[in-house]
Amino acid sequence: MTFQIDYLALAPELVVAATMLVVFTLDLILPRAKKFWTATVAVAGTAAAAVPLIILASEGTTRSMFDGSYVVDEFAIILKGLFIVSAYIVLLMSHDYIESDRYYQGEYYFLLLASVLGSLVMSSSRDLIILFIGLELTTGPLYLLTGWRKGDVKSNEASMKYFILGVLSTAILLYGMSLLYGITGEVTFAGLAETTTGLGDEPIMVVAVFGLIAGFGFKISAVPFHLWAPDTYEGAPTPITAYLSVNSKAAGFVAMLLVMYLALPDLSDLWAPALWLLAAASMTVGNLGALRQNNVVRLLAYSSIAQAGFMLVPFAAAAVAGADLAEAFSATLIYLVIYAVMNLGAFAVVIAGARKTRSGELEAWSGLASVDTRLGVLVAVFFFSLAGIPPLAGWFAKFAMFRSVIIAGGTLTVVLAAIAAINSVIALYYYARVVKSVWLDDPIGEFAPDAEAAPAGSLRLALGVALVVTVVIGFFPTIATYVGDASRVLASGG
Amino acid sequence: MDWFETWGLTLIVFLPLAGALLLGVIPKANEDALKRTALLVTVVAFIASLVVIGQFDFTGQTYNSYQFEVNETWIAAINANYHVGIDGISLPLLVLSTFVMVLAVIYSWNHWEEPKNPKAFLILMMILATGLNGTFVALDLVLFFIFFEIVLLPMYFMIGIWGDRSIRKIPGFAREVQTRLYAAIKFFLFTLFGSAFMLLGFLALYFESGNAGGERTFDIPQLTELGASGAFTGTFAFLVFGAMFLGFAVKVPMWPLHTWLPDAHTAAPTVGSVLLAAIMLKLGSYGFIRISLPVLPQEAARWAPAIAILAVIGIIYGSLACLAQTDMKRLIAFSSVGHMGFVMLGIATLTDVGINAAVIGMVAHGLITGLLFFLAGSMSHRYHTREMSRLGGNIKLMPVMGGILAFTAMASLGLPGLAGFWGEFMSLIGSYSPLEGLSLGVFRTAMVLGAIGTVLTAGYMLYLLQQVNLGEPSEEWQGREFHDVDRFELTAWVPLIILIVVVGFYPKIIFHATTDSVVSLVETVFNSDVVASLGSGG
Repeated sequence: MTFQIDYLALAPELVVAATMLVVFTLDLILPRAKKFWTATVAVAGTAAAAVPLIILASEGTTRSMFDGSYVVDEFAIILKGLFIVSAYIVLLMSHDYIESDRYYQGEYYFLLLASVLGSLVMSSSRDLIILFIGLELTTGPLYLLTGWRKGDVKSNEASMKYFILGVLSTAILLYGMSLLYGITGEVTFAGLAETTTGLGDEPIMVVAVFGLIAGFGFKISAVPFHLWAPDTYEGAPTPITAYLSVNSKAAGFVAMLLVMYLALPDLSDLWAPALWLLAAASMTVGNLGALRQNNVVRLLAYSSIAQAGFMLVPFAAAAVAGADLAEAFSATLIYLVIYAVMNLGAFAVVIAGARKTRSGELEAWSGLASVDTRLGVLVAVFFFSLAGIPPLAGWFAKFAMFRSVIIAGGTLTVVLAAIAAINSVIALYYYARVVKSVWLDDPIGEFAPDAEAAPAGSLRLALGVALVVTVVIGFFPTIATYVGDASRVLASGG
Repeated sequence: MDWFETWGLTLIVFLPLAGALLLGVIPKANEDALKRTALLVTVVAFIASLVVIGQFDFTGQTYNSYQFEVNETWIAAINANYHVGIDGISLPLLVLSTFVMVLAVIYSWNHWEEPKNPKAFLILMMILATGLNGTFVALDLVLFFIFFEIVLLPMYFMIGIWGDRSIRKIPGFAREVQTRLYAAIKFFLFTLFGSAFMLLGFLALYFESGNAGGERTFDIPQLTELGASGAFTGTFAFLVFGAMFLGFAVKVPMWPLHTWLPDAHTAAPTVGSVLLAAIMLKLGSYGFIRISLPVLPQEAARWAPAIAILAVIGIIYGSLACLAQTDMKRLIAFSSVGHMGFVMLGIATLTDVGINAAVIGMVAHGLITGLLFFLAGSMSHRYHTREMSRLGGNIKLMPVMGGILAFTAMASLGLPGLAGFWGEFMSLIGSYSPLEGLSLGVFRTAMVLGAIGTVLTAGYMLYLLQQVNLGEPSEEWQGREFHDVDRFELTAWVPLIILIVVVGFYPKIIFHATTDSVVSLVETVFNSDVVASLGSGG
């Protein structure tokens, strides 16, 4: 066993870790009036982490460490890119949201960066232990961050719910993993894939797999493990909600698919039907729940449950039909990347809109477009993109999903496709409701004056980045297919 | 002008979108500049489509061959291409689309419905134009799907923002809602429902095209060839046809999927209704001719009787519903259900006569119903009501407006010599002798019922005229001066009137373009194999 450390391969993680420490130290030194430097350093550090990533990507070689437990290949690079870019956007969104509270800025950025570090580690993990550490490092800081608005009861509730259910699910996940290790004596994915063949009939295996599914299901807030999501999303500071619904969800997704795809491909008889049910239930319950929401953030919470269902569809369908999982994996990745951008855009717009309307209730948003057209256009773009209306990026996510389902073939998959088709129509109704409020309804309440509500430069930048990506991918989806192709290196045993 | 051969269609499609961006940077206050820019853009697009006519080779067109073709890689990973091109069937529809768009801009000049905001309205019109023009030239299923869907957003906003503000109690809703809000979301949901299944159908074709040998493809000409060689058969093809049928039938709309139409048309602002009726409804029937029929000919034959029956129900139902209306605009909206029923009946016959009838029916309906909605809009602008019982004696108050209304109503009821005649007449002829092997009983019954439908059409159009134009003006208008047709209205309407007469007297102007393509389509695709498959109990 050699412990050769490849520093270039670890560079993105190292840069983020260093930034974390710098932020922490600065927070101790700086007087309160200058604390905003912690935010600037966090943003700059995250941007800097992209540099080694680009170098790695341009090299295009697969680097492997610790006996193949830690792999930096094209797939991992794409995921790290996704995590870094979305963390960057979340940091931009946080900047003046957190500054307006003036408390604990340093800790906020420290914790957020720790969570980002976790997701970077998770992307490269190819064994259960590193995967678990990465995943928990992603989630752990969020228990604190969701309760950041200490004076607000809802925020306390958010944190408490998230923490208790989160710890429970982590325990179940770990239990599942320990059973797997107990039966096979392996922790690496490659080793598990070899030793689990033919063990599908073992009752203990069933328990192990369901433990894993329950644990991951919590992270991605799939029905029936979604109950924490709406309250936590509503109570948490909005940038953290955005982070929960994008980064932490994506991390959970990737972890789940990596384990199922790389470690337990021969047990697909066990997990495929479970994923099928999870997908169908998440889409349906998420959408029906969203129909009844009057608060924009809660609406997005239910929408993100439903979107998790859509994301599960390709993988569930392909596994049930016994078709090529690589195809499904690429469709899921495409969906994940597009979803990340448009959902972050939607949350950024919610932050800007909430300042203008001083509320998160849909009713207060009535007629927003009549006082601020640009904000109105942004609402329309991001929410219709989430609904999958061309020519905005969301259409291609849905398209890729449907395509992989149809390619998989088989009766159960066609049923799932039909459920997804009906659900995308339901989804339109509540996304359009937000747009309706903003554009079609007459103003009811008072809006905050521009001087008070104008979005800060960093938030504008976040909105701008999300807008450009959403529109450009909509017209030139080839960019997104490149992301999907990266998952194929996994299939080739990378 | 070599570049035009390749990039002419792209110019027509994307010029309006560029115009929309340009309008975006012109300040809101500068209304004149906004209107001039929009007019310039639409006129250039229209002229470009005339140049396409000029350079179009009308001699000996064969089926599945296109002119002005461009085929560039677009989404390489799934083999979807930017493939556009035009043939005799799509040419008249493309020109109709660019032409009506110019008129719509002219009419808008001094007709802004509440809450005004010309800038936003014109931008939406431009985006709409890109979607409409694009659908008629797209030769790739993904591209077609995108353009087909692009039209939803602008139309949703048009109905929702500028639509009818009256408050209505809608069954099933707890509170009373504004008509525009209800109509906008209903329109959106219906269409999206259809197109979600249409997309599944497209993807299934794509998937199956790989099994038939070669790379999987979304290319319409390639799929057409595969379809003609019998690559898509059995239950699979039956379901695919059904899925695409849902998408197109909602858009046409065919009974019983039509219920969004009366609401949307009635609630939409005048220009929105015109564009909906004149162009947007044709996307559905065009989809049948361009995709469903050639790619799945055997299924088309299998589904034809069902389509014919639904079409006839649409004709009769639409006409009867018209007779029950008190609102002028709603009557015209329902008349679309009937007229599009004739178009679908023509298509269902699967004969060259029937499909020619469908194309000319689409053009005629675009001209006539477009004009009717213009008139309805202008009248309610003046009277502030659309209740026909209050509008009596209109021709005494506004002779020119009343005259044009009388003319258009005559055209709409299918008076020989005007454009509306050919579509109805030929589709009835077509259903007398449909494609060999189709049930004569069904189609001849359809013909008889369709003929009764023409009588009913005459009935409700005359009812409209009698209610609105004739009689004495109601007392409430006593002493009021009404401004008869203004110059913007005339500029927008006279070209339509002229074309209605021209197409009526000289239908060859359309058939000249369509006939070769249609005949060749029918001869190649609906050949003896298809007929034989019908005979064998298919």
